[in-house]
Amino acid sequence: MSSRDDILSKLRSAGRVPEPLPEVPLFDAGLPPALDQFKTTLARMGGQWLDTPAEGLDAWLGTRFPDAKVICSAVPEMAGTLRVETVTDPRALENVDVGIVRARFAVAETGSVWLSEAEYGVNSLGYLAQHLVVLLDASAILPNLHHAYRQPAFAEARYCALVTGPSATADIEGVLIRGAQGVRTLTVVGLGQRV
Amino acid sequence: MGKSNDIFSDKKVDHVKGSRQFIADEPHIAFHDKRLWTLRELRDKEAHGIAEWEQLRELASAIKSHTLTHLADYLEEFERNATANGVTVHWAKDAVEHNRIVHEILAARGVDTLVKSKSMLTEECNMRPYLEERGITVVETDLGERIQQLDDEPPSHIVVPAVHKLATDVAQTFADTIGTDRNNADPHYLAEGMRQDTRPYFIKAGAGMTGCNFAVAETGTVVTCTNEGNADLSGNVPPLYIASIGIEKLIPKMEHLGVFIRMLSRSALGSPITQYTSHFRAPRAGGESHFILVDNGRSDRLAMDDFWYSLKCIRCGACMNTCPVYRRSGGLSYGGVYAGPIGAIINPTFDLKKYSALPFASTLNGSCSNVCPVKINIHEQIYKWRQIVVEQGQVSFVKKESMKLAGKLLADPKRYRAWSSGAGKALASLPRAFLYNPFNAWGKQRELPEPPKQTFHQWYAANRKQENEA
Repeated sequence: MSSRDDILSKLRSAGRVPEPLPEVPLFDAGLPPALDQFKTTLARMGGQWLDTPAEGLDAWLGTRFPDAKVICSAVPEMAGTLRVETVTDPRALENVDVGIVRARFAVAETGSVWLSEAEYGVNSLGYLAQHLVVLLDASAILPNLHHAYRQPAFAEARYCALVTGPSATADIEGVLIRGAQGVRTLTVVGLGQRV
Repeated sequence: MGKSNDIFSDKKVDHVKGSRQFIADEPHIAFHDKRLWTLRELRDKEAHGIAEWEQLRELASAIKSHTLTHLADYLEEFERNATANGVTVHWAKDAVEHNRIVHEILAARGVDTLVKSKSMLTEECNMRPYLEERGITVVETDLGERIQQLDDEPPSHIVVPAVHKLATDVAQTFADTIGTDRNNADPHYLAEGMRQDTRPYFIKAGAGMTGCNFAVAETGTVVTCTNEGNADLSGNVPPLYIASIGIEKLIPKMEHLGVFIRMLSRSALGSPITQYTSHFRAPRAGGESHFILVDNGRSDRLAMDDFWYSLKCIRCGACMNTCPVYRRSGGLSYGGVYAGPIGAIINPTFDLKKYSALPFASTLNGSCSNVCPVKINIHEQIYKWRQIVVEQGQVSFVKKESMKLAGKLLADPKRYRAWSSGAGKALASLPRAFLYNPFNAWGKQRELPEPPKQTFHQWYAANRKQENEA
């Protein structure tokens, strides 16, 4: 017998009585305003929030990351120095200082943004870059994870992630360090104020 | 004790002896105790902030019960969907087969370097030495796990693998292995040193590997919950991706993730979610993905009427953080892949003789069961394992003799009353040296409570009896 059939037959003869599958409610009564909640939790998770900058996105980026040499953009709003569409090998993003992407939606409860291969262009952009800037339409914030996991996007993307602030570790004496193996900072730029 | 391969020897684990080594070092145990209790407090704060917390625990437990009682069906559904997504699905009945499959995948593609994120399952399979003996460099890319790899120790905690170490220990290990300054124990400096050392491996590696927190049958998706970004680097940078999946990780639908993700990091670290919750469904364009479904004792456990519940575990570590025995003995003293209360009930299912001491590493206070997000009756299982250990004659001589004495005492009301009123008086008048000496295990690391002036029986006789008679 193959290991597969062996395992399945052992599981079927384990003698467990079938138990029912419960319904999962949305738990969305009386939640705080989504944008406020998102900003609060994002800050707690080490991310930064920015309203649409008056001076324009490119000017803001120049002051925020004055030393950045390679800025890889996956959004039409910002040019960057490298277009992600020109990259095929994920490893080629090794020297990116700042990555710029646009989230499909966000989750207020956890301060997370949703990104997949469609938003990244090349997935490694979200992790090899030193810093990540995420554009977000402020009207695309879902109240909690129950709402989020009912989005068909999860079943359609090859790869997707709920990204919450920058990479972090507390593995040495519990000291919290933002910037573990992935990005060192994550800034969410709200585009809600735009008409 | 405590080196990586020791946990795979047949030698019986002596938890008391193992913990004695850890207890002997005051700064380490003081930090360990405090750090893990902090995690417990952070967990409480998060849990209390969610009105439906108890309802979520009920749901999580019920979803797991349903899935485990239909596990074969969901595994077939998962396999069908993953295959349709372009993933190659493998089945491994044990650790040996798992390691052989991983090696075959890597060898067939000429891969000589594997980057991986933390996976308790690959620890369980002792995969690293197997691959390294066959010429493959395996690089752990989670900071805590990398510290443990470079120090040749197994993880001492399932979420924070190096929690038993102080920064000064890490400074020594890193100085010896990756060349950081021996005299600089600043955690920021050490973490940065590890980041700089690890990055080139992501670029160089021919394959990346992760474990799996949840496997969604409906979509064939593998979900990982991590903080450092290393799982996403492992899964998205090299051309080949491998995920090892314990068969108990299945859940039916994507919407069920809402329940588990809301509780996992809150229970583990007291944060609302991990920095990255990542969903690997299909290989990226031009990439290749393999999922390995691993049994390694799980189907046997499902058939154990008293212990199949432990398969619900989502590896949050909350039971470890809250356990007074774990906090004061350290993970390595358990001598197995899994430590703490969950280790005390999982390890004996692998090897009862080897791990017969672990069910006794507990006060049975029940705190582990109270914090468990999937409501595993951990302390009751610990108690049941004790009965089995005793039935099978695996109890040590000292424990056996003192249990016999206690048995006689507790079975005889007269003797018990005479002993308990005497014990209280003795406790109040005994010199400290008598209580806090090396032969009294209960005097170590703790102060005994003030003895009551009366036993309950004496108090009852003096008060209630008169009332009843009145």
